[in-house]
Amino acid sequence: MTKPTTLYQKIWDAHVVETRPDGTCLIYIDRHLVHEVTSPQAFEGLRVGGRKVRRPDLTLAVPDHNLPTTARRDANGQRIPIANAESAQQLAALERNAPEFGIRLIGDADPEQGIVHVIGPEQGFTLPGTTMVCGDSHTSSHGALGSLAFGIGTSEVEHVLATQTLQLKPSKTLEVRVEGELGFGVTPKDVALAICGALGTAGGTGYVIEYRGSVFETMSIEGRLTVANMSIEAGARSGLFAPDEKTFAYLQGRPMAPKGADWDAAVAYWKTLKTDEGAVFDKSITIDAATIAPNVTWGTSPEDVVAITGVVPDPESFADASKRAAAAKSLDYMGLTPGQKLAEVPVENIFIGSCTNSRIEDLRAAASVLKGRHIAPGVKQALVVPGSGLVKRQAEAEGLDGIFKAAGFEWREPGCSACLSMNPDRVPAGERCASTSNRNFMGRQGPGARTHLVSPVMAAAAAVTGHLTDVRELIEDKKGMVA
Amino acid sequence: MEKLTSVEGRAYPFGMKNVDTDIVIPAHWLKTISRSGLGKGAFEVLRTEPGNVFDDPEYAGSPILIAGDNFGCGSSREHAAWALMDLGIKVVIAPSFSDIFSGNAFKNGILTVVLPQEAIDRLMEVARTDPISVDLEHQSVTTPFQDRFAFDIDPFRKQCLLGGLDEIGLTLASGAAIDGYEAKAARERPWVVPAIA
Repeated sequence: MTKPTTLYQKIWDAHVVETRPDGTCLIYIDRHLVHEVTSPQAFEGLRVGGRKVRRPDLTLAVPDHNLPTTARRDANGQRIPIANAESAQQLAALERNAPEFGIRLIGDADPEQGIVHVIGPEQGFTLPGTTMVCGDSHTSSHGALGSLAFGIGTSEVEHVLATQTLQLKPSKTLEVRVEGELGFGVTPKDVALAICGALGTAGGTGYVIEYRGSVFETMSIEGRLTVANMSIEAGARSGLFAPDEKTFAYLQGRPMAPKGADWDAAVAYWKTLKTDEGAVFDKSITIDAATIAPNVTWGTSPEDVVAITGVVPDPESFADASKRAAAAKSLDYMGLTPGQKLAEVPVENIFIGSCTNSRIEDLRAAASVLKGRHIAPGVKQALVVPGSGLVKRQAEAEGLDGIFKAAGFEWREPGCSACLSMNPDRVPAGERCASTSNRNFMGRQGPGARTHLVSPVMAAAAAVTGHLTDVRELIEDKKGMVA
Repeated sequence: MEKLTSVEGRAYPFGMKNVDTDIVIPAHWLKTISRSGLGKGAFEVLRTEPGNVFDDPEYAGSPILIAGDNFGCGSSREHAAWALMDLGIKVVIAPSFSDIFSGNAFKNGILTVVLPQEAIDRLMEVARTDPISVDLEHQSVTTPFQDRFAFDIDPFRKQCLLGGLDEIGLTLASGAAIDGYEAKAARERPWVVPAIA
């Protein structure tokens, strides 16, 4: 009998081209997503080296980081120039490089345009059992469908373009189990934040996570995408979910997914992709779902997580000296005082979007809280940025845009937006934002911006009250809320 | 890639823990389409603070950076490595690094040295007044005060750094193996090639 192996090991083994004596492997890459920020220098490298893209058919390009989320075409269908010259230059570089190297480009005004990590699954470009890379750390998202997907730097982007491989050493494996049932108002984002809190931002460094347990088995694919997305916030380059019937149902009929006999063969193979009984992980943690509350971050690292019912911690309460110093610095930046109740912290900005939480289920959930309500007077800016043009259209077909607009939100075009503020969307210095994005780093949403990471329903609740709020107090039973 | 054998000089006694790549180089600097010139934006958020090590003339042009745990966490932006390179940094010494950052640094000829916290504490102390030497060939960090800290490095990375080798060139030498893999994959998993939308 063969030795029981993990899902990670199975995908890895199926992609080894060569193994060197020191254990480094040449790993074949099945899928490569390219965006405008981390690719210009890679294409330039190919040009200088006289090299071609080995497999343009396995590569898909889309601009997302720099694009304004306001209208991109005028009434005559002409492009409205991008005001920032450098942003325009990066977009122009991608529009030049993709056709030059034979790569399919989803353009800035195409209906399918969106955040790379939203359109990959949406188009069926992301498939179970594949290896997938992108010059973006949130590539871990695609692990929700059972793809071994991870972020790479620009030199590696160039390496994949030229060779369709990467030189890698195997990672260690980390099992993250969440068992039980999530409480009312507790969403996949709260689970992801709870995991960051439990592991710390370096807890997953060197590991690939596999998410297991009853909570993940019953979680929707979009919820899994949120959880896998934030694997990197715990230091892990990848986070995997074993593909199951939900995965197959999600993918069937997607434009770039296999069809006909190919589909049947693919599903038969995908069904073999699970961790064997008795396989050993290098590390395991288990979290009881009942202990997870709607969460919010108080500091400048995604590990700085506390339940919305809690208070800002006292830096002196940390055992480790460097953690004490970091917490004091964070609180100074965030303008918070130890012991302050999170639910009393006022917010001036609301951002619903990013590759973490911009899919249709996220928008439905936020809208369910906002229906018949309005943003509080103290809220200066409330943005909804759908993850893709298709998400936007779907939301509009369901009338969600009307709910957001009636509540005082701005309904925008798809892109990365205020998650990292490479486009004009940002949080002003000194102001707070209840944000559904993934990083509360200093300056991430704009210089001096103060970010509190929350779920879509929690962002909606904060919008309504003008301060961080326990969404469960706004809607007391499950009937009114899609969470 | 430039060869790296040994580096001697002053070091920035930085030491901060969990430095994310948004701190190393904020997103608004990522709009460039070249690799150079990013030193101006390096550590921008921290450089607003008076007395920061990066603007202290004592350490100007130092080729070594001493950092805290989990250096380079967060975004995959290689701009972080390019920004350090543009500052003239050739070696970063820390108790641990994020996986993506250490890979990016290596691919730009920057050596990342992992040493235990006690060694970091000692090097932080020395760096305030004296130079530090890093010898890749013999895998050691030394000070003028007879401190000697040995470090581990992946043999492949060491060979590439010492020789200034181009990784793409090395991989292209395995072209036949890649051809063979593709032919086998096309037989066994033909559905992997995306359907034309």
